[in-house]
Amino acid sequence: MPDSLPVDSVGVVTPQTYHFETPIELACGQALERYDLVVETYGELNADRSNAVLICHALSGHHHAAGYHSMNDRKPGWWDTCIGPGKPVDTNRFFVVCLNNLGGCHGSTGPISTNPATGKPYGPDFPVVTVGDWVKSQALLADRLGIDCWAAVVGGSLGGMQALQWSLDYPDRLNHAVAIASSPRLTAQNIAFNEVARQAITSDREFHDGRYFDFDTLPRRGLMLARMVGHITYLSDASMGEKFGRELRDQAYKFGYDAEFQVESYLRYQGERFSEVFDANTYLLMTRALDYFDPAYEFGGDLSKALAKATCEFLVLSFSTDWRFTPARSEEMVNAMIAARRKVSYAEIDAPWGHDAFLIPTPRYTDIFTAYMDRVAREVGA
Amino acid sequence: MRADLEIIQQWVKPGHHVLDLGCGDGTLLDYLKRERNASGFGLEINPDHITTCMNRGVSVIEQNLDTQGLDNFEDNSFDIVLMTQALQAVRRPDKVLDEMLRLGDEGIVTFPNFAHWRLRWGLALSGRMPESDALPYKWYNTPNIRLCTFKDFEALCREKGIRIKSRRVVDGQHQNNWLARFWPNLLGEIAIYRITREKT
Repeated sequence: MPDSLPVDSVGVVTPQTYHFETPIELACGQALERYDLVVETYGELNADRSNAVLICHALSGHHHAAGYHSMNDRKPGWWDTCIGPGKPVDTNRFFVVCLNNLGGCHGSTGPISTNPATGKPYGPDFPVVTVGDWVKSQALLADRLGIDCWAAVVGGSLGGMQALQWSLDYPDRLNHAVAIASSPRLTAQNIAFNEVARQAITSDREFHDGRYFDFDTLPRRGLMLARMVGHITYLSDASMGEKFGRELRDQAYKFGYDAEFQVESYLRYQGERFSEVFDANTYLLMTRALDYFDPAYEFGGDLSKALAKATCEFLVLSFSTDWRFTPARSEEMVNAMIAARRKVSYAEIDAPWGHDAFLIPTPRYTDIFTAYMDRVAREVGA
Repeated sequence: MRADLEIIQQWVKPGHHVLDLGCGDGTLLDYLKRERNASGFGLEINPDHITTCMNRGVSVIEQNLDTQGLDNFEDNSFDIVLMTQALQAVRRPDKVLDEMLRLGDEGIVTFPNFAHWRLRWGLALSGRMPESDALPYKWYNTPNIRLCTFKDFEALCREKGIRIKSRRVVDGQHQNNWLARFWPNLLGEIAIYRITREKT
């Protein structure tokens, strides 16, 4: 964090916790009797409550999308590049809402929260939640905030899946759905990577069937490995090549198995850091929510039939080097929207950074995102 | 108003579902949406045009006709398929015409006439590739790689069993030009064709 805040930052923000006392029924058949959602908001809700934008987070994301929690923060929120005064999601015009999803580990009720039935953390007893469950909880949050209709629901990756789910589950409660670097369902390869990540966690001796808190320990190795595998899928071959190449930490090979290449030490560092701040059960849950997401499933695999319910307009964006959710996955979504005669705009943005490109402000990405959101704002008089 | 837009909108019925191949900055679709309550999509590859479309609320899909084709669109999924000033810029205009009439009942095509007298005159006199308002490029950087004349186009339609329902001719500024009606292949700069499949 610099000494002064950048002018295009939302500034210092404070998360708020909303308590919900009415049980929420989940897709798995279980219910949460009561739960908390931790939320950040930026900008002002206008008089007719029409300028609200919901930001949905991805696998390891949370409610802190923009700004700083204190002047001592090293880094701003995870999507600070796109949210703020004058940025694509312009906080001078929009009231922006971002929450930590149920099952998360950043304040909303999840595996690390206390289970009222036992007085201990839920751990592995926390129900497996789905994208549909998240959207349901987000709709209840919208009720609480007095927002009948979002100007837009916006998300990247798993966040884009939530935007798509919104368009199907609450068609009259959003004007626009923006799905960036997303997919209408995981491929076998996507699920395979998730399974490797889960196996890494569950086979860690410290995992203890998910009850690691009872043993006063954490499955750090497993979570680290899971993150390392995941991280590789977020980058492209070219961007890893650009960043690390075959660079060694020292001058020569040591003929051993320590981290000798820069890329090894980078991945280990990222993995270790992640394993200290993220909950293993939440990681399992988030990857499962990804696996299960398939809104076309109940329509015989025909997404265009699922989209018959949707009334909002869509913006779909993909990135040329994204091999986690390739442009072809976005196009699959777009083609279903075309077949269903929904209003949709689509662009494939040339960017070298793989899946992570949705977090990085390249000129064309910023131009398109800004132009589209400008129109969204104009429509609601913001 | 541009004469070509005026002519095209007469052929689009209220509520028509329209596909515009090479929709540019979305002027036409925006116009048809407002004047004819038409729905539909534009395809475009120019990044600035795509951004403009998105900002004005025209549904635009980034898709390259030459490399990606139109396989992602279903048969008879549109009332009208438009292609204004782009036929001469695709690799296989003949295949694009087939695709247009696979996707829609009707097609509207506009393109510059390479047999306009000024182009003929320019080539005859200077021996250099002609340039005009409708064709403002050099031979080496022009996107117009498949230039043809009105006669060429009509011959292709005959060959393909495509029926020309109407033809209107305008000048390089898209204005109506009464002279061009008499001798279109010499005096017309841009033609607007309304085509459909010959009933078999």
